[in-house]
Amino acid sequence: MGSIETLEILAPGPLTTVQDRGRFGFGRFGIAPSGALDAFSLRIGNLLVGNREDEACLEITLLGLKVRALVDLLIAVTGADLQPHLNRKPLQMWRSHIMKEGDVLSFTVPRSGCRAYLALGGGISVTPLMESKSTNLSSGFGGFEGRALRKGDILSTESPQLHLRAEGKALDRKLIPAYGKNWVLRVLFGPQDDHFTKTGKTTFLNSSFNVTPHSDRTGIRLAGPVIRTRAGMEESIISEGVVSGTIQIPGDGQPIIILGETVTGGYRKIATVIGADLPLLGQMKPGDQVNFEEVSMKEAYHTQSQVEEIIRRFKEEL
Amino acid sequence: MLYEHPAYRIMGDRALLVELGDGISPLVNKKVREVFLCLNDSQVEGVVETMPGYRSLLIVYDPLKITLSALKERLNKLHTTIDRFEIPKPRTLEIPVVYGGECGPDLNWVAEYHKLSPEEVVRFHTGTTYQVYMIGFTPGFAYMGQLPEAIATPRRETPRTAVPRGSVGIAQSQTGVYPVESPGGWQIIGRTPLRLFDPEKWPPTPLEMGDLVKFLSIKEEEMARWEV
Repeated sequence: MGSIETLEILAPGPLTTVQDRGRFGFGRFGIAPSGALDAFSLRIGNLLVGNREDEACLEITLLGLKVRALVDLLIAVTGADLQPHLNRKPLQMWRSHIMKEGDVLSFTVPRSGCRAYLALGGGISVTPLMESKSTNLSSGFGGFEGRALRKGDILSTESPQLHLRAEGKALDRKLIPAYGKNWVLRVLFGPQDDHFTKTGKTTFLNSSFNVTPHSDRTGIRLAGPVIRTRAGMEESIISEGVVSGTIQIPGDGQPIIILGETVTGGYRKIATVIGADLPLLGQMKPGDQVNFEEVSMKEAYHTQSQVEEIIRRFKEEL
Repeated sequence: MLYEHPAYRIMGDRALLVELGDGISPLVNKKVREVFLCLNDSQVEGVVETMPGYRSLLIVYDPLKITLSALKERLNKLHTTIDRFEIPKPRTLEIPVVYGGECGPDLNWVAEYHKLSPEEVVRFHTGTTYQVYMIGFTPGFAYMGQLPEAIATPRRETPRTAVPRGSVGIAQSQTGVYPVESPGGWQIIGRTPLRLFDPEKWPPTPLEMGDLVKFLSIKEEEMARWEV
C-alpha cells in the first residue's frame, strides 16, 4: 500500500502543472494562492475518481500532454475539450475510466476551452507546502519540484487500486459547462470604480474586449476601447492586496483580469468578477471575446450558492 | 492622514478592502497593523484571510459563511474597541548587506545621481531604521520606508528581467530586498546573504508587516558566515 508510481509523462505539452484548489491564507507573506484556474472542473474531476474535491490534479493548457499508466488507474478528464484519446480512441470527458497498465492517454488540440484537468484516483503524491500541492511557477515551489512537468517525469499516487471500483461515475450532461468563444463575465463594481469617468464605466460595460496572446496564469490581458480615468489621476495607486478576478486598468486603459498568481497590485481596479464566474477565467483563450455585465451583491451570493448546491447534490449522488 | 472612519471598498463578492488613511505614512501603516492583528485575534467566522497593505487591509471572506453587512458590522465594532486591544511591540531585525560591486551594480549610479560618494550612500542606507509597510509582489518581498531624502532615487528606466535573490534595492523613498529571483525595476545597491523566503520553513519569511529593520554593511568575505 501507500504511494506508488502511476504515471509517466511521455510529452508535457506547452504547460502542464500540478494544481489543487490553491494555497490560501498566506497572502500576508506575499504568497499567492496559485491553484486550478477552473476550480469547478478540478472539484468535479476529483469527485468522479473518488478523491476529496480539493486533491491535486494535472492542469493541462491547450494541448500536447501524453502520459502512460504504470499501473491500473482510475482517471477522469474535465474542463476544456482538448480531445483526449485513450490508446487512440476518443475518451468521454466528465466520466471516470480505468486506464490499464501500459495504456496511453493523449490530448490533441482544443475543441473548446483552454484548460483540461486530469484527475487520478488516489491523487498526486507531492509534499504539500503551506497546506497546498499547487505549483507556484514564478517563485518555483510547490507542485512537482516547483515547475511545469517535463518528458520523463513520473508521478506517484496514494493507493490507486482502492479507487478502481468507482469506474463509470459521470456528471449529468445538463451540468457539463459549454465553453464558447464569447464570454459574459458578471462583475461587481469596485474597489476603485469612483476613479473612473461615467463614460469610462459605460465603455467598460458596453464594449467587447479581445483576449490577447499576452495572457497567462498571472492575468488575462484584454484589448478594446480605452477606459478612461477621471482627470488628474496618477497612473498608479498605493499598492494593496488583490484577489483573483479583480480587473485592473493600467495607464493604457486596457483591462487586465488578475488571476491567482498575484497578491498585490498598484493599478486602480474598476470591477471584480463574481465568485461563481471565476472558473470561466480558466477557460478563456487568446482570440476569445469578453463582455462584462453588472450584477448585484445579492445575485452574486445567489449564483454562488447555486454552484455549491450543484456540487453538494453531485456528492450525495455518488 | 488617518481617516476618522475606515472607508470600505468592495472587491467582488469575496473581498472587502478597508482603507484607513490616504497616503504612505508610518502612522497610517501602524493603524493597519493594529486592525490586522486585532481582527486576526478575534477569529471572525467566515474570514478566509487578511492581507495588510500600506494604508489598507484586504479581507477575503466566504460569502456563504458571513455576509458583507455582518462583516462590516464586526469591523465597525472592532474600530470602537480597538484601543483596548494590546498591540504587540514590533520586532527589530538586522539585515547584513554587501554594498556595491557585483552585489550592488547600481550603487555608483545612485551616488552620482545625488552627487555623493558610494560610501555616503551606504552610510545613509544603514543609518536609518525602516518600518516594513507591507509584504507583496513576490513571496517575502518587504516594502520598507522611509528612505532618507538624500538618497531617494527614481526606479530604473528599464527594469531588469532577472534580479538575483537577496538583492537590496531602493525606489523613490522606499527600500526592499528581493527574496526570490524576479524581474524588477529598483536600483540595486547591494546583496544580503540572508534567505528571506523558504517555503519549507515556518514562518516562510522572517520579515512581517510592522517589523523594524536595520541594514548592516558587511564585507564580501563575511557573506558565508550569514548564510544559513
